[in-house]
Amino acid sequence: MMPFPLKRTCKEVSALLIAREDRELPPVERVALRLHMAMCQACPRFERQVLTLRNAMKNWRQYANDPGDER
Amino acid sequence: MPPFDQQVASHRDYLMRFARLQLRNEAWAEDAVSETLLAALSKPQSFGSRSQLKTWLVGILKHKVIDALRHHGREVCVGGDSQDEQVDPLDHMAFAPDGHFATAPSDWGNPEQDLSSRQFMAVLEACASQLPASQGRLFLMREWLELSSEDICKELGLTSTNLYVQLHRARLRLRECLELNWFAESRPAR
Repeated sequence: MMPFPLKRTCKEVSALLIAREDRELPPVERVALRLHMAMCQACPRFERQVLTLRNAMKNWRQYANDPGDER
Repeated sequence: MPPFDQQVASHRDYLMRFARLQLRNEAWAEDAVSETLLAALSKPQSFGSRSQLKTWLVGILKHKVIDALRHHGREVCVGGDSQDEQVDPLDHMAFAPDGHFATAPSDWGNPEQDLSSRQFMAVLEACASQLPASQGRLFLMREWLELSSEDICKELGLTSTNLYVQLHRARLRLRECLELNWFAESRPAR
């Protein structure tokens, strides 16, 4: 048994932040993620990058699906 | 106003762009676009005046593209399996041996305006088209066709573990590509 079952490294947290785009995380991972984010300086930046990407894809989808009359 | 068939045909290049991006196979893309144009020409009455022609065609194309992906099934998610495609892009990032960030990820700022510019869209599409074929297809099934992960697995007979590994790599590669080709340039010099 690990002494800190909720402890995650930045690398593990980065993988979770990416995975969250495609699947719902199990409750334990959600708690572990939240704990790590509260203590870490670097991972919130990575999270902002992931959210920026999410936003970018949303803009692109709009542009691709409903292109107006630019040509 | 040109006749309906000419109007429809004039959007062929636009449709090919997305068919290529999603299918990553020239013959499949040609077929999907031809079927889209034929379907549009055979039922012009279903083109309501409320939607734009291009938007309507994109809607039809998406159905044809899903048919093609379903039809080619397994082939869709088999990559070239080159060494490079098997690498976890997380290993390119600046992690110390203990798994913590050695260098904090860069601040991408809040470029809301930039992110809808045409230049950005071009860079984004170029980055997406450079993903390994299988990763690119699965990624665009999520992001362009807007299918759920469950539906993608069902359509392609893919395990969820396999899908998540591919999407993980695709998203990180795209992140890396945009960092290098877009955000690195707009970031203030250090």
